[in-house]
Amino acid sequence: MGDYYQRDWGQHPPALSPDYKTSVARSPNAALLSLPQGVGEITGPCFGAGDAGPEDRDLIHNHARPGESAIGERIVLYGRVMDGDGRPLPRTLIEIWQANAGGRYRHRNDGYLAPLDPNFGGTGRTLTDEAGHYAFHTVKPGAYPWRNWANTWRPAHIHLSIFGAGFAQRLITQCYFEGDPLIAHCPIVHTVADEEARAALVAALDLNATIPFDSIAYRFDIVLRGRRSTPFENRQEGA
Amino acid sequence: MAKPLNYLKETPSQTAGPYVHLGLAAGAAGLTQAPAELGTDIAGPKAQGERIRIEGIVRDGTGAPVRDALIEVWQANAQGRYAHPEGGGPVEPGFRGWGRAPCDFETGHWAVDTVKPGPVPWRGGMRQAPHLSLWIVARGINIGLSTRMYFGDEDAANAADPILGMIEQAQRRATLIAPREDGSPPTYHFDIALQGADETVFFDF
Repeated sequence: MGDYYQRDWGQHPPALSPDYKTSVARSPNAALLSLPQGVGEITGPCFGAGDAGPEDRDLIHNHARPGESAIGERIVLYGRVMDGDGRPLPRTLIEIWQANAGGRYRHRNDGYLAPLDPNFGGTGRTLTDEAGHYAFHTVKPGAYPWRNWANTWRPAHIHLSIFGAGFAQRLITQCYFEGDPLIAHCPIVHTVADEEARAALVAALDLNATIPFDSIAYRFDIVLRGRRSTPFENRQEGA
Repeated sequence: MAKPLNYLKETPSQTAGPYVHLGLAAGAAGLTQAPAELGTDIAGPKAQGERIRIEGIVRDGTGAPVRDALIEVWQANAQGRYAHPEGGGPVEPGFRGWGRAPCDFETGHWAVDTVKPGPVPWRGGMRQAPHLSLWIVARGINIGLSTRMYFGDEDAANAADPILGMIEQAQRRATLIAPREDGSPPTYHFDIALQGADETVFFDF
């Protein structure tokens, strides 16, 4: 295999997005230095079954007392991880974290007045299967306020961290939920300028994937960078 | 008009936010009842090479510590091999070469314990000086920032390193080189400046 395709920066938010105020002091001024990929960029950590068990992808129960479960709208969040050529990414690690149904994170720095749910931790992880599929069972997170403008609300969202097969594919993102009116008002969503790209962050309601009389389902497919199938040794500049 | 190529577009990045620890470093978030954290042991007990510590602080454009950042490390072992099928060969059992460190919520300091990597191959038969690849995420960082840490006691290798040599403004190379302090373990100090006059060099690859 060869290099990963050059990143399409038009898909991503710029480092500096003044409407997302925290980015103003945390964004580099200098241009990123573009590197040819070497072995350290093409490779990345490998994970296996010992890193994510079946219970780790069930957030309704993975922090619950025996016989109890998390409160909220029960959902399946599922999808497929593939690369830019549509090839599935098997055995890749996905980690998620989220607020509970009231919009409160189980995090020592979150002081929102909504109560913690004693049966909900809000974090889970899984490996994709051989065809790149993944699924989590959880509750739909609530919206919550934050201080960007004086009165700003995050749409319901779940954070996802995905590794891929090499460090060049490493990605953290957030998925939103179809139909949420707060998406249109969120300065973090709108750090992504391209409308189609923003739409790729919205999980679609999928009635065909619901668990009848248990949970509704949202589908969120993830695309990581593609990769040349033929290795070409790049010419040295000036050679 | 031409026939469309139909490549799929990469899913856009979004900030890791202030609560990234809940998902990636649950102990720091205060979650006690969680599966074992990943990335707490980079090298494993059987790794060869010198045991070292790396510590530092991340600062924003005003000079203030970024106290909610999280750093990931990816590195070769002492033989210059990565724990990956394309990593150059077998590594010691338990060597993953990957780890994470949350910054301290009070002080902003981060630290990892690992082994010093060896030089790794580069294109055209060249070699890269020993280094770690780092990836920094935090609230206010819209897409993870990639950088490298080189070792302050590797002057000759650093001077010949093809990546450091690509940095046009020679004075900025120093932002990637961590000075060594002898001790037990030997410690390298690597501060990261997200923005400003002493801004760390960040990469796109």
